[in-house]
Amino acid sequence: MKKKNRLQLDENGKLKHFLTIEGLNRQMLIDILDTAESFTGVTEQTIKKVPLLRGKTIVNLFFEASTRTRTTFELAAKRLSADVLNINIQASATAKGETLLDTLRNLEAMHCDMFVVRHADSGAAHFIAQHAAPHISVINAGDGQHAHPTQAMLDMFTIRRVKGEFHKLNVAIVGDVRHSRVARSQIHALSMLGVEDVRIIAPKTLLPSEPEAFGVHVYHDLREGLRDVDVVIMLRLQKERMRGASLPSEHEYFQLYGLTEEKLALAKPDVTVMHPGPINRGVEIDSVVADGPRSVILQQVSHGIAVRMAVMSMAMQSHLPEAAGGRRG
Amino acid sequence: MNAKELDINQTLDHVAQSLNAILESRNIQNPIMIGIHTGGVWVAQQLHQRLKLNEPLGTLDISFYRDDFTRVGINPQVQPSTLPLSVDDRHIILVDDVLYTGRTIRAAFNELFDYGRPASIMLAVLVERDGRELPIQADAVGQHVALEAGEQIKLQGPEPLTLTTTQA
Repeated sequence: MKKKNRLQLDENGKLKHFLTIEGLNRQMLIDILDTAESFTGVTEQTIKKVPLLRGKTIVNLFFEASTRTRTTFELAAKRLSADVLNINIQASATAKGETLLDTLRNLEAMHCDMFVVRHADSGAAHFIAQHAAPHISVINAGDGQHAHPTQAMLDMFTIRRVKGEFHKLNVAIVGDVRHSRVARSQIHALSMLGVEDVRIIAPKTLLPSEPEAFGVHVYHDLREGLRDVDVVIMLRLQKERMRGASLPSEHEYFQLYGLTEEKLALAKPDVTVMHPGPINRGVEIDSVVADGPRSVILQQVSHGIAVRMAVMSMAMQSHLPEAAGGRRG
Repeated sequence: MNAKELDINQTLDHVAQSLNAILESRNIQNPIMIGIHTGGVWVAQQLHQRLKLNEPLGTLDISFYRDDFTRVGINPQVQPSTLPLSVDDRHIILVDDVLYTGRTIRAAFNELFDYGRPASIMLAVLVERDGRELPIQADAVGQHVALEAGEQIKLQGPEPLTLTTTQA
């Protein structure tokens, strides 16, 4: 964790790479949320752009398919006036036998400033951050089952917007916690921001091996776990898990762990329903709930742009020489 | 440190009078006043009252448009800009506390034009001092302050507003 911290922050303690929530501190997370808040105004402009990263080149380096994350990163970069390259590696150089490091060196030679990395292997973004040239920032857009820190931060942003503060909240994360990088990052962020009661609700087969190590309360019964929660975060059930032995049928899963209006009635009356998407209607969540008044699923997507703008602009300023403090006015 | 306080109410009155005269001579009805964070917003609140403007006050935070991001980075406490009305084809009174290098106003112009195409912009400032680095001048000025080398002027507020020059 210490090592990650050293890699993520520069010598002045500013964010250089954003790889995982672990090793950061509460103030850094608050700074990200505050900066994101100020970027929400940009969408109200006729010209939805600010010139902050003009002249910077950001590469979306996606080794794994993604629509929502890649497009919101792309939009965020464009709203900051950066130039954006989208590289889908599956269909690209590595298929021709070029190694990952060769690909990196080539992109560096094109004078890129930031890599946004999505990869199926845990630790991939970390590896790239270690090996990239010193002027390059790396943002983790999801690595294996490890972390998805910008998703966690946009969820925190959404929770803060709806609920105001974190301390008194009961937050339940429901579903495939075991394989979910989103859940892992959310749990770290929630506890760093001071949420008192974080619950995970899942069948035994979908729990991480030592759930207590995360400082969460574990429930196997959805009805029991939903009692009095303020926020419920549903996780996508990856259908490929269905083929393994870890799960019964989709139908049975929905009976036990699918979120319906009837089960949601056990939570607080002003409960907020979240989902990182893409949603499987009728598997982990009923359409009536997903499209209902307590769902903020689409707000999460909009907030993703502001949060990613914040993280990208913060990471790009770490390369600046320490505040020269020019004359203002 | 040697601090000197300037009479704020008299200065504000003077800006308001100048603005009224300009609005009248240019025959401008219903202008939109926009203050630049943070000091400019405080001054704009005062001027908005004195001029009895009908349109709600707008605020602009030019942090994302500054030309020195590559040197000083961003501050997480940036306030979102709030322009309650479309600026298209409207007459704008842009308000700041101190006009110095002109770079803040340059940034404000750029941001404003990302919200639309105003009919005109005029600039009102509480005080102006020497040191312009861009060809920008104010239409309405509360007072011109001549500062010695190393002297600074700062508006503090919002309640009460005080304008002091200090020798570092």
